[in-house]
Amino acid sequence: MNPVNQKTLNIFWTIIGLSFICLIINLPPKFTVFGKTFYRPDFSINFGNYSFKKDLNLKYGLDLAGGASLIYDINTTTTSKENISSALESLKNNIERRVNLFGISEANVKLTSQSGQNRLTVELPGVEDVNQAIKLIGRTAQISFKGENTKVTEATSSASFAEAFPTDTGINGSHLVKSTVQINPNNSEPEVGLEFNPEGAKLFEKATKEYLNKRIAIFLDDVPITYPTVQSVISDGKAVINGKFDIKTAKELSAQLNAGALPLSINLISQTTIGATLGKNSIDKGVFAGLVGLVLVFTFMIGNYGYLGLVANISLIIYGLITLTLYRLIPITLTFPGIVGFILSVGMAVDSNILIFERMREEIRAGKPWNVAMELGFGRAWDSIKDANTCTIITGLILFNPFNWNFLNTSGMVRGFAVTLIVGIFISIFTGVYVTRNLLRVLAKKNIQK
Amino acid sequence: MLNIMKFRPLFLFVSCFLFLVSLYSIFKWGFKYSIDFAGGTIWQLQFSQDIKETNLNKIFADNKIEINSLSINGKIADVKLKLITQDEKLKYESEIKKVDPDVKELRFETVGPILGKELIQKTIIAIILSSLSLLIFIGTKFKDFSFGASAVLAMFHDAFILVGAFSLLGHFFGAELDALFVTALLTTLSASVHDTVVTFDRIRELKRKNFRLEWVDLANQAVSEVIVRSINNSMTIIFMLLSLVVLGGLTTRWFAMALLIGVVCGTYSSTAVAIPLVLFWKKLKLQK
Repeated sequence: MNPVNQKTLNIFWTIIGLSFICLIINLPPKFTVFGKTFYRPDFSINFGNYSFKKDLNLKYGLDLAGGASLIYDINTTTTSKENISSALESLKNNIERRVNLFGISEANVKLTSQSGQNRLTVELPGVEDVNQAIKLIGRTAQISFKGENTKVTEATSSASFAEAFPTDTGINGSHLVKSTVQINPNNSEPEVGLEFNPEGAKLFEKATKEYLNKRIAIFLDDVPITYPTVQSVISDGKAVINGKFDIKTAKELSAQLNAGALPLSINLISQTTIGATLGKNSIDKGVFAGLVGLVLVFTFMIGNYGYLGLVANISLIIYGLITLTLYRLIPITLTFPGIVGFILSVGMAVDSNILIFERMREEIRAGKPWNVAMELGFGRAWDSIKDANTCTIITGLILFNPFNWNFLNTSGMVRGFAVTLIVGIFISIFTGVYVTRNLLRVLAKKNIQK
Repeated sequence: MLNIMKFRPLFLFVSCFLFLVSLYSIFKWGFKYSIDFAGGTIWQLQFSQDIKETNLNKIFADNKIEINSLSINGKIADVKLKLITQDEKLKYESEIKKVDPDVKELRFETVGPILGKELIQKTIIAIILSSLSLLIFIGTKFKDFSFGASAVLAMFHDAFILVGAFSLLGHFFGAELDALFVTALLTTLSASVHDTVVTFDRIRELKRKNFRLEWVDLANQAVSEVIVRSINNSMTIIFMLLSLVVLGGLTTRWFAMALLIGVVCGTYSSTAVAIPLVLFWKKLKLQK
C-alpha cells in the first residue's frame, strides 16, 4: 500500500481547518463549559484603512422572529401615465420615512407589480403594535413650516432641529397648492417653486417678514426636508427655494412637498402578523425534529455502510457546519420553510455518498482492490451526481425567481425554502464528493493498513 | 440480476389505481383551500387563561360575524373568518379585550381573493416552466427525446398523485392547499426527476458498453444496479421528513407531509413509471 501523498494530506488538513473555523463561527455568542465561560470571537478584519465587521447571528424571517407583513394595492388611476413612476417612487419614499419614524430596524418597503396592478409590500420585523403601524403608514402626511430661533442655532451647532426651529408659522400642507421644479433663467440651476392659496399667501407674507434673513424649515412628518433662508418678503404666495439642487433632488423635494397627502392612495389587501412566541416555538420544534432525523440518518448510514458510513457522517457534519456558516455570512434570512429546506437538504446530502458507496461495492464485487474501487466509485458516480443535481437546481431557481419576474412567485416563504435548497445542493456536492473522498484517502488507508 | 421489468403490468395497475383514486377524490371532494388561495382571515389568539368556545362564539355572534371555523386548544384559539378590514379588526379586538384584557395576538393573516388567483396562475406557470426546462435538459443530456418525455411524464404522475393525496387528506384530516403546498409540489417535480436521471444515466452507461443488448435487459440490469441506492437514499430523506411530520410544529406539518409523499412517489415512479415508459417508446419505434 502506498503511503498517503503530501497533496492529499494538505487537502485533508485544509478541510479539518475549514471545519474548525466553521465550528467557531457557529458557536453561541457566549457559552459555559466546565464552569468556564467562553465568548465567540468577533469576525472583524482590519486591513489598512479598510475595516470589515460581520454580524454572525442568524437572521430570522418574519415567521420566526415575529412581525408583520402588509400588502397594499396602489391606486394609480388618479395620475397621468407619464407621472406614475415618479409618483410610485415618491410614495415609496414617503412610506419608508414613516416606517423609519416608527423606529423599526430592517424594515423593508418594496414596490411590486402584478398584471398592471401596482403593489406596495411593507415588512416590519419585530413590530409590537401592528395596528398603530398600519395607522401611521396610511395617514395623511403633515407638512409644517417652522421659523428659526437664531439664538439656539448660533449658540450650538449641534442643536436638534426641533430646538432650532421651534416656532410654527401656522402654514401647513392644506395651504400649499402645488410645488413645481423650475429652471432659474439666470444660472440655469434647478429650483423648487411653491404656490400657496390666498390664506397661505397671507401667512407666508407674515412669516417672511418675521424671518427675513433667517431660515424657515419645512418639515414633512416631523422630519425636516429643507431649511432655506428667507431672502425677501413674499406677498404673492409664490416662493422659490434655490440651493444646490440637481434636477433629481429638486424633483424629489417637489414630489415630497406635493405629497401632503400620499401621492397615490393605497388600500390594505393583505396582512400577516406573527407573534414572537409562535416563532420561537416553531424554531425549537424544528430543531428538535431535525436532530432526531439526523440521529436516524447517522444510524442508518453506519448500519448500512459501516466504516464508510461513519466517514459519510463526518462529511455530513462538515456539511451542516459549512451551510450554517454560509447562512450567517451571506446572510440568508431563515424562514420556517427555510428550515424545512435545510432539513430536507441534509437528507439529500448523503445521496452523493450513497451513490458512490454503492458504486464502490460493485467494483469490489468485480474483484478490484479496495482503494482502486474507491477511486473508480467516485469517478463513475460523478456523472449521475452532476446530472441529477442539475435537475434539482433548475427547479430551485424557478422557485427562487432570481430575476424577480412578476409571473413567478415572489413570496418570501417560497423563496426562503428555495434558497436553502440551492445552497444545500452546492455544498452537499462539495462535502459529499470532495470532502468524503479526501477523508477516505487519508483515514481509510490507515484503517486498512492495520 | 433482478428481472424487475416483468412486474410492468403490476406497476401499471398500481399507477392506474393511484391515478383513479386521485381523480375520484378530486372530483368528489375537491380541495380545502387555505386563505392563500381562497382569501380570508386567520386569527390566532392566546388568552391569559383557558377559554371556553361559547364565550368566543358569543363575541362573534354579537357582532354578526360569520366564522368559518373556531378551534380552541387550552388558552389558544384559532379563528377563521371571511376577509375583514383593519377597522373591523380593531372593533372585534376591543370586544375581545373586554372579555380578557391580557389577550395576546399570536398570528393575524388576511389575504384578499385576488392574491389567491395570482397564486394559482403563478403555480401553473412555474410548473410549465420547470417541466419544459427539465424536458430540454434531459432530452439534450441523453440525446434521446424518449428519455426526456418519459421523465417528465413520470414527474406529472407524481405531481398528480400528490395533488390527489391532498384532496383525500383534506377531506379526511383537514389538510389545506396553501403557498407551501405549491412549493412542495415543485420540489416533488425535481426529486422525481433527480431519481429518474440516476437510473437513466446507468442505462446510458450500460448501452455504451453493450450496445447489442435488448432495451428490456438493459433496463433490468440498470435498475438492479441502482435500486439499492435509490431506496437507501429515499430512506435518509424519509427519516428527516418523517421526524418533521411527527415532531415539527403544526405550521409545517402538512408541508413536510407533502414533501414526504412526493419523495416516496418519486422513488417509485423512476423505476415503475419512467423506465417502463422508455421501453414502451422503444417498442413503438421498433414496430414502425
